Amino acid sequence: MPIEVFFAIEVAINGLMAGVMYALVALGFVLIFKASGIFNFAQGVMALFAALTLVGLQTGQIPFAHLINAIFGTRMHHFGWDLPTIVAIIGTMAVMVLLAFLVERLVLKHLVNQEPIILFMATIGLAYLLEGLGDVMWGAEVKQLDVGLPQGASVWIGDTTYALFGYDFFIDKLALWAAGIAAVLVIGLTLFSQYTRQGRALRAVADDHQAALSVGISLRAIWVLTWSIAGFVALVAGIMWGASSGVQFSLSLIALKALPVLILGGFTSIPGAIVGGLIIGVGEKLFDFFFQPIVGGATENWFAYMLALVFLLFRPQGLFGEKIIERV
Amino acid sequence: MSISDARALQVQQMESADADIFTTPDGRRIGGPILEMRNITLRFGGVVAIKDISFDIREGEIRAIIGPNGAGKSSMLNVISGFYHPQEGEVWYRGMRRARMRPYEVAREGIARTFQNIALFEGMSVLDNIMTGRLNHMKASILAQAVWWGPAAREEAEHREKVEKVIDFLEIQHIRKTPVARLPYGLKKRVELARALAAEPKILLLDEPMAGMNVEEKEDMSRFILDVNDEFGTTTVLIEHDMGVVMDLSDRVVVMDYGKKIGDGPPEEVRNNQAVIDAYLGVSHDDA
Ligand SMILES: Nc1ncnc2c1ncn2[C@@H]1O[C@H](COP(=O)(O)OP(=O)(O)OP(=O)(O)O)[C@@H](O)[C@H]1O
Ligand SMILES: [Mg+2]
Repeated sequence: MPIEVFFAIEVAINGLMAGVMYALVALGFVLIFKASGIFNFAQGVMALFAALTLVGLQTGQIPFAHLINAIFGTRMHHFGWDLPTIVAIIGTMAVMVLLAFLVERLVLKHLVNQEPIILFMATIGLAYLLEGLGDVMWGAEVKQLDVGLPQGASVWIGDTTYALFGYDFFIDKLALWAAGIAAVLVIGLTLFSQYTRQGRALRAVADDHQAALSVGISLRAIWVLTWSIAGFVALVAGIMWGASSGVQFSLSLIALKALPVLILGGFTSIPGAIVGGLIIGVGEKLFDFFFQPIVGGATENWFAYMLALVFLLFRPQGLFGEKIIERV
Repeated sequence: MSISDARALQVQQMESADADIFTTPDGRRIGGPILEMRNITLRFGGVVAIKDISFDIREGEIRAIIGPNGAGKSSMLNVISGFYHPQEGEVWYRGMRRARMRPYEVAREGIARTFQNIALFEGMSVLDNIMTGRLNHMKASILAQAVWWGPAAREEAEHREKVEKVIDFLEIQHIRKTPVARLPYGLKKRVELARALAAEPKILLLDEPMAGMNVEEKEDMSRFILDVNDEFGTTTVLIEHDMGVVMDLSDRVVVMDYGKKIGDGPPEEVRNNQAVIDAYLGVSHDDA
């Protein structure tokens, strides 16, 4: 086999990492969109906020330290302890649940039955609010996030593939872990929604609000649950992105890539979000590999949007979305 | 004495104080009032959908609400089920004044309903739709379901069994696994009834369960409603336009017109009531 094929395979597998990230952010969008018809612009920022909080808790940072110091003239920054990763993760999850609760209490409750565009605007507001809050709480500098996920090239894969194909594959272990964790997450979510009382209620609300109310489901409780799950998905995304490129504000920008992913996968399909994310993550790396020498420039910046455009023209409902039939 | 004992006693006292607990000729036991609407007024901006209406619903009876289009029948059902909140008046349920309740709270109190325009979970199968009717009865928490697989599985099996009974009862075995979106209108109405029944309600509210059905389907539906009432003693409130059906099914009828109550009593009596005849002659109504 020509060496270019091996190169291409290697590039594709390493595109998984970005693909999983896109998929997770898109998954958060789909969950909230299905349950409440809200396009949650803040999903990407939620990932950033979760990652910031996790680092903050893990390293014992004092939240709002700058603010406190400015007001009281103190010089505190750290509690002086390090929390075990698992404790910090649980703590972060608690913060995300609290956030879900507050969003429902302070925003959704008051905007229920409003036009979708108004709810969308509210989530834009929420995005900036969260970004600012993350900044004030934990500081704006780029942080290292280490939760103990293995990183770097897998020697085992390199050796094995060298023995088999005579080509030493360079595969980042983190990319494989990310793919595995995302798979477990999706399987878990599927089991949850199929077999638990709360999961069933969630599916019911996603399908029809009026019918859900009539069988005794509290919409508000389900919204808190949905936003909590979206917060959990955001945390997972934040952990992986943070581990690979550090926790920084550019993280919220990957949310923009979730839009083409959603157009590809369909706004209401969980498998669509996953497959769409992987296609775009892998596709943009491969496209760059093959065509960058010809077209030049950073193709990764626009490939996803171009692909989405093609889909909008030929299959507007996405890969997995229901076919839109105009009623007359 | 627990609260439920106290309530039982209270209901008992109420019942024994009430002279007219009786048994119908066909052997059904009709009890005292389980639900009372007292001076209900409901407005939408300038439109008065319900004007100072009072009536009661007795335990175990089939109570029909009839009236021309726009009379306020659905609005009344929506008040009972907590979808609408009247500006004036009180709702008394099982001898106690009911606080303002959200629809899901009313459902949890044992009042199930169907909708005039059918509200099913279109993306789910018939079985899953009916299963949602059991949600209120499911106890196992998420954690228990995840960790403590055995009892959770047993609970699931019990709910499945109840649901299968309802499916047999309404003769919809053949469509159990069919996605609801693919069903014809008549069957959708039946699935909606099945979902309401799966909740084992104390009161069943049916908003035009036979609208848009052919004669045969209407006969089936009438039989189901009677059988449910007969077998489980389920108190039933029924909105229906077909006078023949109303005469056959109901124990007592409330007649509404332009938001006002213009008649209340047994079907024969209501049919001969002049105000009712005028309302029906004066306003054209859709017989479907
Ligand atoms: N949500 C609402 N907002 C505004 N007006 C409403 C609403 N619901 C009902 N109405 C009005 O209240 C009045 C009674 O309507 P309702 O649906 O209760 O009548 P109905 O007796 O069920 O009629 P039909 O036989 O056509 O179903 C109508 O004038 C209707 O327009
Ligand atoms: Mg109506």
